[in-house]
Amino acid sequence: MKQNKTQLTPEEQKLFGDLMPEELEEVINSGFNRRHFIKLMGLATAGLLASHAIGAEQLFARAIETDEIPDLIPEAIENGINVSFKVNSSVKKVLIDSRMTLLDTLRERIGLTGSKKGCDHGQCGACTVIVDGQRVLSCLTLAATCEGKSVITIEGLAKENALNPMQAAFLKHDGFQCGFCTPGQICSAVALMKEAKEGNASYVTKNIREDGKSLLLSDEEIAERMSGNICRCGAYPNIVAAIKEAQSGKNITQNWLFAG
Amino acid sequence: MRPFKFTAADSLNTAIGIRTKNPEAAFLGGGTNLLDLMKEHVALPNEIIDLGKLNLKTIKATPTGISLGALAKNTETANHPLVRKDFPLLSKAILAGASAQIRNMATNGGNLLQRTRCSYFYDISMPCNKRVPGSGCSAIEGFNRMHAIFGWSEQCVAVYPSDMAIALSALDATVKVMQTNFSERSILMKDFHILPENHPEIDNSLKHGELITSIEIPKNNLASHSAYIKVRDRNSYAFALVSVAAGLNLNGNIIQSAHIAMGGVAHKPWRAIQAEQVLKGKPATLANFTKAAEAEMSAARALSHNQFKIEMGKKTLINALEMALNG
Ligand SMILES: Cc1cc2nc3c(=O)[nH]c(=O)nc-3n(C[C@H](O)[C@H](O)[C@H](O)COP(=O)(O)OP(=O)(O)OC[C@H]3O[C@@H](n4cnc5c(N)ncnc54)[C@H](O)[C@@H]3O)c2cc1C
Ligand code: SF4
Ligand code: FES
Ligand code: FES
Repeated sequence: MKQNKTQLTPEEQKLFGDLMPEELEEVINSGFNRRHFIKLMGLATAGLLASHAIGAEQLFARAIETDEIPDLIPEAIENGINVSFKVNSSVKKVLIDSRMTLLDTLRERIGLTGSKKGCDHGQCGACTVIVDGQRVLSCLTLAATCEGKSVITIEGLAKENALNPMQAAFLKHDGFQCGFCTPGQICSAVALMKEAKEGNASYVTKNIREDGKSLLLSDEEIAERMSGNICRCGAYPNIVAAIKEAQSGKNITQNWLFAG
Repeated sequence: MRPFKFTAADSLNTAIGIRTKNPEAAFLGGGTNLLDLMKEHVALPNEIIDLGKLNLKTIKATPTGISLGALAKNTETANHPLVRKDFPLLSKAILAGASAQIRNMATNGGNLLQRTRCSYFYDISMPCNKRVPGSGCSAIEGFNRMHAIFGWSEQCVAVYPSDMAIALSALDATVKVMQTNFSERSILMKDFHILPENHPEIDNSLKHGELITSIEIPKNNLASHSAYIKVRDRNSYAFALVSVAAGLNLNGNIIQSAHIAMGGVAHKPWRAIQAEQVLKGKPATLANFTKAAEAEMSAARALSHNQFKIEMGKKTLINALEMALNG
């Protein structure tokens, strides 16, 4: 990401030094931004810029980039860490505070807001993403532990214009209502397909002693294996139907009808 | 969250070295418990040592049984062909806990060390002897429906939440630990977690800086006669009100030895020694299962809101023994 160091003219420096001393260093290191601009506007309205006419004029004339997510400044964070990991198909390199979760990093730094923050405590599954092939909770994952890993989010499931079969099945079966839990549900369900193929067991699996063979999931199995994804809207029956169809590849009749 | 320095340890020496020097440093396994507690300001480490790169992920047969790496994930452990075939009780117990996502993250070592889910322990505005020694116990006079019926003290009535550990207790597992002087020691499951007594702030017998390297389970003949039953408020993704891990070592219909542990009832996995004694050498019948369950539960002491756990414990013990018998 872009690192913009600002060269301030002597007049501009004096203005910041006198009126906004706290911001001086920040402006030098990371550039003049919207927040500084707004504060300056406030000072202008209060008539405080008069004696700094030249500096203020120059600053107001500078282009302000509002869409850029500025890099965090290494010196400004106590425990900055550089991590690079693959997200969907591109490698992202970000400087983060060591406390940042994978969820916050995806949403706030990388701009992928598909993964949702429901509870932030591991209780709802809305933040489910797939890391190195396994579904995990991004709200309980420190981004710093993702160095070199590969993360797939809901944004990475469709290929070109074709939906992932699980996405298509959710659409067909109305596997959602408000949609808040859906990105987590779908990521979870996609990873579940691989687990079933590998013959992983669940708490309701019969004959657990028999070695795992690829298995076609019953409704009971799907419900148990998806229990980490809570849906406030109670779209569960439709979610189960969608997963069943995606897994079997067989058409399953919709269990809802239009009224009338 | 309190700011912390983050290091991904590349060796056991680095990990133990950093932690020995800093009393406020913490190891990070899957993070599913530690991170949650850090967000609530219950855990306040100023340094995190990620164990993710350590070479402690192997699950393998040993001459005496099986060895489970401390950093192996719960999912991988539960699904390992050797575990499924020879220690299905452990697979079942692991799969009864949390959710698929959490089990994919959780490590065997971290699972053993997860802290209580007592809601007052999580709420930093409430007194709690486990969180702040000497501040009092909010649960003993408060909402204690989920709390202990065995082995509690006036200082703390919390229960230990792990499902995996209940099976490990019944299976007589041993926890292998690397000490700060880099020599190994082994701790029997029965001595690993401790009762609250006057020091509820201490959950187990691990010392600061010690690192769990593996869990060892000895061979047994319980595989075809074992069961794990978990009773909870909803079918899945909830902690146990009561759980029972049971394994029967049978000779025909005679019980050579019974291996039983209970979860959700005490500050540690509760080994049902009374029940085991009643069953030793007896025929495996419903009447004997009932006698055994009654013997065990007669020592239970309920709190104001969890009287129901005594009857529930008895029934779950009987059900688990019947299920184990039927294989
Ligand atoms: C919503 C939710 C529901 C859950 N439901 C259940 C349930 O029903 N049943 C159940 O059993 N569990 C349940 N859990 C708990 C879950 O099983 C534990 O959080 C998990 O097993 C902890 O493992 P971890 O590797 O993530 O531990 P971490 O959070 O990484 O670590 C836990 C502790 O262990 C220490 N530690 C980790 N590894 C080592 C090591 N090798 N040596 C020394 N110290 C170490 C850490 O410093 C920390 O103090 C649930 C959790 C959540 C969030
Ligand atoms: S039961 Fe234990 S953990 Fe809960 S409030 Fe009392 S002292 Fe704290
Ligand atoms: S936001 Fe991660 S589980 Fe709820
Ligand atoms: S669709 Fe609304 S929460 Fe699931």
